[in-house]
Amino acid sequence: MSSTAVHQQLTCFHCGEDCANDKIMLEQKVFCCDGCKMVFQLLNQNGLCEYYNLNEKPGISQRQPIRRDKFAFLEDPKMQDKLVHFRDNTQTHITFYLPQVHCSSCLYLLENLHHIEPGVISSKVNFTSKEVTLVFDENQISLRETAELLTSIGYEPYISLNDLKNEKPRIKRSMIIQLGVAGFCFSNIMLLSFPEYLGLADADMGLQSVFRNLSFALALPVFFYSAIPFYTSGWKGLKHKFLNIDAPIALAIIVTFGRSVYEVLSGTGSGYFDSMTGIVFFMLVGRVLQDKTYQQLSFERDYTSYFPIAVTVVKDNKEIPTALPDIKTGDTLLIHSEELIPADGILTRGKALIDYSFVTGESIPVSKEMGEIIYAGGKQTGANIELLVIKEVAQSYLTSLWAGDQFKKSSETKSISFVHLLSRYFTLILFSIATIAAIYWSFHDSTKVWNVITAVLIVACPCALLLSNTFTNGNILRILGRNKFYLRNAQVIEDIAHIDHFVFDKTGTITTTKEQEVVYEGVKLSWMQERAIAALAAQSNHPLSKAISSFYKSPEQLPEVTSFIETAGKGTEAVVHGQLISLGSKSYITGSNEKYNPVTQVWLAIEKEPVGYFSIRNHYREAVAPLLKALGNKYKISVISGDNAAEQQNLVKLLGNDATLLFNQQPAQKLQYIQQLQQGGAKVMMIGDGLNDAGALKQSQVGIALTEDSNNFTPASDAILEASQLSKFMKLLWLCKANKKIVMAAFVLSILYNIVGISFAVQGMLSPMVAAILMPVSSLSILLVTFGSSNLSARLMKL
Amino acid sequence: MSAIIILLFASISVAALFLGAFLWSVKSGQYDDEMSPPIRMLFDHKPAETKEETNI
Repeated sequence: MSSTAVHQQLTCFHCGEDCANDKIMLEQKVFCCDGCKMVFQLLNQNGLCEYYNLNEKPGISQRQPIRRDKFAFLEDPKMQDKLVHFRDNTQTHITFYLPQVHCSSCLYLLENLHHIEPGVISSKVNFTSKEVTLVFDENQISLRETAELLTSIGYEPYISLNDLKNEKPRIKRSMIIQLGVAGFCFSNIMLLSFPEYLGLADADMGLQSVFRNLSFALALPVFFYSAIPFYTSGWKGLKHKFLNIDAPIALAIIVTFGRSVYEVLSGTGSGYFDSMTGIVFFMLVGRVLQDKTYQQLSFERDYTSYFPIAVTVVKDNKEIPTALPDIKTGDTLLIHSEELIPADGILTRGKALIDYSFVTGESIPVSKEMGEIIYAGGKQTGANIELLVIKEVAQSYLTSLWAGDQFKKSSETKSISFVHLLSRYFTLILFSIATIAAIYWSFHDSTKVWNVITAVLIVACPCALLLSNTFTNGNILRILGRNKFYLRNAQVIEDIAHIDHFVFDKTGTITTTKEQEVVYEGVKLSWMQERAIAALAAQSNHPLSKAISSFYKSPEQLPEVTSFIETAGKGTEAVVHGQLISLGSKSYITGSNEKYNPVTQVWLAIEKEPVGYFSIRNHYREAVAPLLKALGNKYKISVISGDNAAEQQNLVKLLGNDATLLFNQQPAQKLQYIQQLQQGGAKVMMIGDGLNDAGALKQSQVGIALTEDSNNFTPASDAILEASQLSKFMKLLWLCKANKKIVMAAFVLSILYNIVGISFAVQGMLSPMVAAILMPVSSLSILLVTFGSSNLSARLMKL
Repeated sequence: MSAIIILLFASISVAALFLGAFLWSVKSGQYDDEMSPPIRMLFDHKPAETKEETNI
């Protein structure tokens, strides 16, 4: 019984993380660290413990303390002007982005900030975009203090260089308003049209003109306002000498409206206002569904979203926070631990241990000595360092990656949907039918010519194609989004369907950086020795050390470590159980000068005698092996890595000999490789995870950013896929391919309607009644077909 | 006949009222954040309010 009590893991009351012991306690609640305890104390004092009732353990771990003067730059008035959006004597308004926001407790706490700090007048959370808008009184609390207040309760505002450029894209509401107006007008016109279709008694003929004129009035806002997107898009296409699907649709809308106005004013008929408004309404619904974007995701991030907004410049022994664009060559920067290096520079002080995974994909930090050049984009993992700037931020190696041509590629050069090409043929055929019919009738009964031409144009506009396309796309996007595969827009579905070459990044994409595989080779170790090694490894924060300590993880207490010495970038040693144990690089342990080391190894020595080594490699994601096999049967695959060739044999085993494997690839080389493939006619999909893949992601036809958690930052890409869904990738691919077939099927159905409609129209027999019924019926049946078949495909695939 | 016309205008103006309400709600940003309002309305602000009283 007692043994179960011992093994029961204690979790922090605040953040739910494992607690090493129960030493940190308050009011019978255990905390993992003092930071968490302090947050609880603060909330408890201010009566905000409802925070813990709404969700279990909702807090954000406070284990990593935030540097004290991190937000010192917020005291700079120039910086404040850029960030604050309203300010007068009593009120200041600011919006912070808080990536930590995740549950209703967060919302509760952030909107009750005024109970903790009276200087805050009000706070409002936008949950979807993870932003909080604060209104506060600057006489009572400064901007810096508000940022620090948020940080102190676990919500550290994320302020990046990108915030300086500002001008956030505003949410487009015009389409929704146009849709609302069209819906209102359409439903009322329908109501007004029915009496006439059903036949009015002679006595009620007076009503007829009222109904007609009212319909006319209601059609005006639809024609002049709701249909604007179709006119502008069609006109834009024509200006670029490209006949897109919106041009014939705009033409049909105008012709229908013109003919209806003529009929009503001349008293010859009731017009087709109901059909016109109906079709505009349905097409707008389709557009809105298709263009539904994921507000919480960004597909446009460049390096500025990753860079801090300010760094500390050391001048005359004083530390001055400086905005990034103001950094000049020759400045000395103080880089704190875990801070990103924003400009290329020479190390002038301290030992640097730079994690370049961000830029190169190389997962193991590199150590740099004084006088060596450090490139922007690396993250300092050791203690504080100082460096002398040799290139300004805008000219550094990393930012120059974004200056390449592929980042200036406009959206117009992107692929064109087959829908537009199809609608072109459609329009051509349509015009020839209209012309032939017109010539025929001009010989037989010239009064009917205009009637016939307009009837053909009205009935046969490619709105059915547009409808089937937008509704299918919208529904497929929704299904993919449900499976945590988020696409930038609907065109990406079609692009994915055409891919024939898949390029994977290695580190972080097919391997996970979260877990590592450790294999020990050498003299057999006793249990006591293993415990001693675990104890030593637990002392260091180096990622390899951490990997070894978790390799020997066990619930028992670790033995005591004395006279611990860490040589940064080389290794560690200490006395455990009276034995001197050392862990470190091969040269540190054995003294050999061998430079080339294909596998990441940590050597072990006991009493200065080398006994063996640990080889540490990245852990392959479980889903990867079956996925690569399935893809390899049908398509070409390449794996491209910034890492060394240590994994070559494992990858060959996974991929077979046909796949291309490239190692030690710089970001620019990755991009060039994609370009090469494209020049060879391949349609390339790049799947990557980091900033080092950004160029390749952008260059490829479809760039997919893989992420552990969609709340994380991803580089600019066409789609974002959560790593846990990688096993479903083949199914998602299949669904994207099914998309086109569904659109085509719905389109064929609509052509059948059109043939029926046109055959009546060319004979001059199409009564407004038939046209009025045919149009909504064909639209609705197309909606049913597209929705039904895309949902059915998803269900077949178990998505 | 006139009764029908009166009813017609009545029904259209009621519908127009709802259209107006819809447009207002879109413009005032009620569709910008669809997630927080349903959470916010469930909050029991009691603990916070009692705290305020003791402050005074």
